[in-house]
Amino acid sequence: MRQRFAWTATESLPGSAEVLRLQGVPAEPDLSPRLGALLEAALAAYLETAEPRAIIGGISREEFRGVYRGEGRNAPETPLETVLAGAERLALFVATVGGAVTARIRDLFSRNEPALAAMLDSVASAAADRLTVLLGVRSLGPVDGAGANGTRVLAYSPGYCGWHVSGQRALFAFLEPGEIGVTLNPSCLMEPLKSVSGVLVSGPAGIHRFAPAYAFCAECRDQPCRTRNAAVSTS
Amino acid sequence: MDILKEIAASLERGEDDRVAGLVRQALEQRCAPLDILNRGLIAGMDVVGEQFRKREIFLPDVLIAARGMYAGLDLLKPLLAREGVPSAGRIVLGSVHGDLHDIGKNLVAIMLKGAGFDVLDLGADVPAQRFVDAAQEHGATVIGLSALLTTTMPVMKEVVDLVRARGLAGRVKVIVGGAPVSEAWAREIGADAHGYDAANAVERVRALVAAGA
Repeated sequence: MRQRFAWTATESLPGSAEVLRLQGVPAEPDLSPRLGALLEAALAAYLETAEPRAIIGGISREEFRGVYRGEGRNAPETPLETVLAGAERLALFVATVGGAVTARIRDLFSRNEPALAAMLDSVASAAADRLTVLLGVRSLGPVDGAGANGTRVLAYSPGYCGWHVSGQRALFAFLEPGEIGVTLNPSCLMEPLKSVSGVLVSGPAGIHRFAPAYAFCAECRDQPCRTRNAAVSTS
Repeated sequence: MDILKEIAASLERGEDDRVAGLVRQALEQRCAPLDILNRGLIAGMDVVGEQFRKREIFLPDVLIAARGMYAGLDLLKPLLAREGVPSAGRIVLGSVHGDLHDIGKNLVAIMLKGAGFDVLDLGADVPAQRFVDAAQEHGATVIGLSALLTTTMPVMKEVVDLVRARGLAGRVKVIVGGAPVSEAWAREIGADAHGYDAANAVERVRALVAAGA
């Protein structure tokens, strides 16, 4: 079933530690006053501009295999194929914090406020990622260890872990997220920029664990597997 | 303290709101605009860049200093232009066609300006031809290309090929960067350099210019 969700900007506000991590700043208690003030200003700008919303639709394993195959450009071996084998429920999703945040970031850059612009960019990126967690809770049940029998819901996205970004086309064709204002450009880039998409996979924690030993892992800078493995490491 | 050292120290301390005032003061004291630029603003940003490379300070600290640098630079630019002072080099920069991501490209532009380069920022979603046209029109010796998507990376090769087709290879060099872009990709498409991050991009551009781009 296809569902539409919306949250307040406050509900989607990410933790300071995650924002600072994206800025390359260690999460230390003694953050300098000027960085503290910058972070506060960026969080306030986010609250003024964000309009978080999402579309999610349940999908069977067989249907998903077709979406995942996409245009046939995935890596020869990918972890998601193994993860799928143990999945209990799947849902495709597209979520966004809206276009006004990106417009504010660009405006700040043009007004010679690069520090605030970059900090707001990190707030928005962390918030978009947080939407996947909020979606998991509302659609597939408890997340991050709260589920019965150690069930975890984690997100996997085109462009990562061997799932070629061209897979966005099949995902968008299935979900048709235009009603929340998210579109795909010819390069498979989502607009607004601060949007996330992919599949939420619900299943035993162990299915989400994998070693970053695939061919494409060598050049991966984001390493989403680290976060994913950390999320299931206590199970 | 020497006013130029004071400008540099203010930038290092992130006192961005003081820098413009100090630059005005230096001009009133009849300091040469080029000295204010080199021994004040760029000297300060060099220290900031070094501290960033050593991880003694962080990206937001650099960007706060950059705001101060811009405020000072705005005062100096017309004077430097009047005196015909050349910049460290002219670079055309942008995110390639199909890619709307611009935060990384913006950070590179800020760091390059902080290092004294004249940066022509073409923005995002820039077709290959526009990069090369702009480099020719404005006499740039380096083209900087940013891509955040594997689907847009081939546009980088289009730019490299166009530079060659127009007989500009050697005179106009191409540096590429962005999350999915690697040194191997740069070599594969025949680009002259790969910038791993904004600080590294400045080093690589300096090297390209020094090598006679």
